[in-house]
Amino acid sequence: MGQHESNTKLIWKVFGFLSLVTIVEVILGIIKPHSLHYTNFLGTSLLNWIFIILTIVKAAGIMWYFMHMNHERKNFVNSIIIPLIILIPYLVTLLLIEGSYIHDTMAPFVNWKY
Amino acid sequence: MKATTADQNTNVWEGGATRPMGASYGKMMMWFFILSDALTFAGFLAAYGFTRYKFIDIWPIADEVFTHFPFFHGTYPMYYVALMTFILIFSSVTMVLAVDAGHQMKKNKVITYMFLTIIGGLVFVGSQAWEWKNFIKGEYGAVQLKDGKIIQFVNHDGKQIALEDFATPSNPVIEHTRENGLWFEKGETTYEYTTSGIIEAFKHNPEVGIRLEKINPETKQKEVILNKAEALKFLEQSTRVVRGANLEVNEYGSSQFADFFFFITGFHGFHVCSGIALNIIIFVNVLLGTYERRGHYEMVEKVGLYWHFVDLVWVFVFTFFYLV
Repeated sequence: MGQHESNTKLIWKVFGFLSLVTIVEVILGIIKPHSLHYTNFLGTSLLNWIFIILTIVKAAGIMWYFMHMNHERKNFVNSIIIPLIILIPYLVTLLLIEGSYIHDTMAPFVNWKY
Repeated sequence: MKATTADQNTNVWEGGATRPMGASYGKMMMWFFILSDALTFAGFLAAYGFTRYKFIDIWPIADEVFTHFPFFHGTYPMYYVALMTFILIFSSVTMVLAVDAGHQMKKNKVITYMFLTIIGGLVFVGSQAWEWKNFIKGEYGAVQLKDGKIIQFVNHDGKQIALEDFATPSNPVIEHTRENGLWFEKGETTYEYTTSGIIEAFKHNPEVGIRLEKINPETKQKEVILNKAEALKFLEQSTRVVRGANLEVNEYGSSQFADFFFFITGFHGFHVCSGIALNIIIFVNVLLGTYERRGHYEMVEKVGLYWHFVDLVWVFVFTFFYLV
């Protein structure tokens, strides 16, 4: 709190980083490297894992530098981050497992021959 | 820092002089609102993930759905949405620059950067409207079978082709006359495609095959049937012609795909709109010198938090709708 020096340089650096990550994502999304796209690791391709990890990195960058979490007190940061880190993976894991279970159960009954 | 009763009464919006966890009342509440909103969006995206895994073998491939770029014909997947992402990230940057200028009490800089942020937000919403327009209008058209499956048409290379590439619309829809309650006297009769017309055209056009929703797990591409007899067995089941997308049916495949797309990007777009509205209110206040008199620009920081959050959500929407 109460810092009055300009952080403009840092802001542009973070912008450069976020842009770079986005460009990498877009390039990977366009070329879809064969060795990453046609793989399966924990339910989805490695390419998708790369996308997800890069997205989380971007999100962390935005929260930390743009939303000034780096200037907040640690207990405040924790009170925001910890619920997100606990609840979202929990919900997502359950729903995705259930989703693929329903797929495995129902898909064999879908008729693709006429 | 010890609070007196008088202090607490005058500073009621600041939550008094006590600052639990070192944050002012307004900022803390903005953060907790963002936390709950983040969980809401997480719920939506998790529901999207659930549905996608449920229909993992027939889910539309985003690269084949969102292929437009303004002023360019042809298929350019990803580029447009990448541009939109840049616009939003850039408006986040101008927002954080406005906050930074606010810390230094530089009113004119705050005005410039807030203005740029608002413009960025408007451009983003406009881009999203354009994306919706293309999605709703559709590009190729398809037919729907009795059991709800969507059948698309391809040429002999397996590349998707539009209905007008091989069929002609035959059914006169409506002759625009005054009796129909239209304001003009008479317009051109418009024709629409019929399933029987499409089947007829399909029979007579040796180049045309069909494409199923089903994804071949090895190639990760939709299955194509070029064998006429086999394809006709599918087409005989068709009940209606589908063009574009709405909440009930869409030419790209599973209706849930369009439902989630409209709902999640719509809800995000709604957030952007309210962000723009908040930004404009704060912008006007900056112009009026409200924060100059107050001695700090914390309000800019608070709407800034919300604006960055909108960007944050878009980063995830971008990944899960367009990349993954």
